Amino acid sequence: MLGVAVAVLVWGLIFWSMIRYRRRDDRIPRQFHQNIPIEIIYTVIPVLLVGVIFYATVISENKVDAVASKPSEIINVTAYRWGWRFAYENSSGASQNVLIQTRAEPKLLAQSATSSEYPQLVLPDNATVRIVLESSDVVHGFYIPAFNFSRYAQPGVINEFDFTPTTTGVFRGQCAQYCGLYHSEMLFSVKVVSQSDFSTWLSASHS
Amino acid sequence: MALTIDRPVVAEHHEDEHGPSGLLKWLTSTDHKIIGKSYLITSFAFFLMAGLMAMLIRTQLSGPNNTVVSQHVYNELFTMHGSLMLYLFAGPFAFGGLANYIVPLQVGAPDMAFPRLNALSYWLYLSGGITMIAGFFTVGGAADFGWVAYAPLSDAVNSPGAGPDMWIIALILTGFSAIFTGVNIITTVFYLRAPGMTMFRVPIFTWNMVVTGILILIAFPVLTAALIMLWADRHLGTHIFTVAGGGVPVLWQNLFWFFGHPEVYILALPYFGCVTEVIPAFSKKPLFGYRGMIFATISIAALSTAVWAHHMFTTGTVLLPFFSLMSYLIAIPTGIKFFNWIGTMWRGSIDFKTPMLFAVGFLVVFLFGGVTGIFLAAPPIDFATHDTYFVIAHFHEVLFGSAVFGGFAGLYYWYPKITGRMTRESLGKTSFWLMFIGFWVTFLPQYLLGLRGMPRRIAVYSASTGWGGLNRISTVGAYLLFLSVAVMLVNFYVSWRNPILAPDNPWDAGTLEWGTSSPPPHHNFYSIPPIRSERPVWDFNHPEHTTFGLHAKEHAGEEHAE
Repeated sequence: MLGVAVAVLVWGLIFWSMIRYRRRDDRIPRQFHQNIPIEIIYTVIPVLLVGVIFYATVISENKVDAVASKPSEIINVTAYRWGWRFAYENSSGASQNVLIQTRAEPKLLAQSATSSEYPQLVLPDNATVRIVLESSDVVHGFYIPAFNFSRYAQPGVINEFDFTPTTTGVFRGQCAQYCGLYHSEMLFSVKVVSQSDFSTWLSASHS
Repeated sequence: MALTIDRPVVAEHHEDEHGPSGLLKWLTSTDHKIIGKSYLITSFAFFLMAGLMAMLIRTQLSGPNNTVVSQHVYNELFTMHGSLMLYLFAGPFAFGGLANYIVPLQVGAPDMAFPRLNALSYWLYLSGGITMIAGFFTVGGAADFGWVAYAPLSDAVNSPGAGPDMWIIALILTGFSAIFTGVNIITTVFYLRAPGMTMFRVPIFTWNMVVTGILILIAFPVLTAALIMLWADRHLGTHIFTVAGGGVPVLWQNLFWFFGHPEVYILALPYFGCVTEVIPAFSKKPLFGYRGMIFATISIAALSTAVWAHHMFTTGTVLLPFFSLMSYLIAIPTGIKFFNWIGTMWRGSIDFKTPMLFAVGFLVVFLFGGVTGIFLAAPPIDFATHDTYFVIAHFHEVLFGSAVFGGFAGLYYWYPKITGRMTRESLGKTSFWLMFIGFWVTFLPQYLLGLRGMPRRIAVYSASTGWGGLNRISTVGAYLLFLSVAVMLVNFYVSWRNPILAPDNPWDAGTLEWGTSSPPPHHNFYSIPPIRSERPVWDFNHPEHTTFGLHAKEHAGEEHAE
């Protein structure tokens, strides 16, 4: 909002100058080239604005990045060229023997992310989920637009983050970091269901 | 300065030029004006090539599941579009082209400090450019790993073939070209200024080129080193960026972006300089806040070396608050520049000839692009928008805003000086409006697409995403941009076939290059007016309207005279 306000103010000054000071005659205008008080003001005020924005940013950032001590579910996500593997673990890290993976090599043009071509990550609502994210080859991006979030999957670096879904539904996911030929088709979906439906699904999905 | 104390007031007349003519002259010239023109034409050719690639990209994306180009070709197209625009057009046009031509003129020098090094720079650049384009003619095609070539995608396993190797070589060549030109420009400005021109009387365009030169010396060696490491990984059996063998892939990102972020300011600062020349000339006022501008430029350059990891917020390996704060801080000197540009127009007498139209177009576009950059500097927002079309829209606003709007402002402004001809105002205005409208139609939808989850660098998307409508609008905008460049080319063609000859100073501007003929003679000046401010030609032509001395005190009112 602050950004919009600043943009509108500066645009306003630009457009005002363009219209009000359009050349009307051949007079040469007064040749002023500085005004120290104004220059100081428009240096100091932006510094203060940046301070405010930075404070708000750090608070928000800490909230987003916070990792719970004991999540309800842990999903090991492995990205590879060109698909995803989701391995479910319980809150102590023991495998639950559920593995969901992209089917054969994508050679078709992009389908809807919810098509059965692509893996679907099923999650319980109102429970903290931890994603443990890594890649087995190049850098990929684990991106779920509806969750306003993405994080890189990298070889040799394990990224962990938490979230708590609060709305049931099906949401599309896509690889956001360019990874080669079939990058456009590295799709997946996330299905958030009630906790009881999740338990049912989990027991039925043992591989 | 020992070099300038005994310089004669009026140079000797050399009626006839000696030396080779025609093609041999162009091949062997060390004259900064010829080299500058070569850079301008070559870089503009790369701009046109990269623009055609953009048209293909936009056509492919205009609807869901298009098959205009295959995925492989699409990946080559966006890689080469980015690489050509950033490495072969935006930098060389401003730094090799405009700076080469204009900086010696603005400081009153007969040529660059190292004319032969200057020629070497151009030939390195041309060789590098040809090498990069030649990738298209290899069996595996051109490089297709994006203009950033992240490891491990760019290693021998994931991107085999000669195209990527030629891309790496090309950048090493053009990198050295830039480094040598940086040395040349800094030395020229420090040592070849005409008598009376103190550093604080040097025009802002030249100041910006000096700061850009320093940034180039900081950033390009890092890129060159990283490229050599990549080459070693690909061909010499090292494991710098590969995990198997103990390497660290994210090191590539750190090295690349330590170059990459200063690089975008290397691209932007020269165009800020162009605009800072055009606005005072067409407002009939001196630049407002000259020293503030210099302070701001130096601050931007310094800060730009401290923000690189804001391209890496989603790696999970970055100290977020530090890089976020540094990125926010850049808004402050940029804001100072904006207020100074506005202050220059304020209470001026503004004439909207073509250069001024493009300069104002830059102000409008870059402001929005800069504000969205502030959004992206917030990691929580970046997590939602990283690698989406929101970022694509942001960087096109700032890059297109500076390199194209700002660059074309400079091009139209100095076209008479360089070619001795005027362009047609009607065609210039038409080209501007097509470009301004086309630009917003192309990129505003892309902000929305990014917010709706469309990632970047995808060749196809399905109809179920709902992205088709906005993409189609964006493609129409791209076609308008194509038209605008076509009109511009017609303008240049007409100025050649049906010339209107340009006087020494068609815009009544103030800096030294306007005090010699259009184009300048072989060693630039037969005589130089007294230099008592940053606009000596204005002071000479309008002695009652200077910013110093008796007249200034009478006219100054509450403002202070120098």
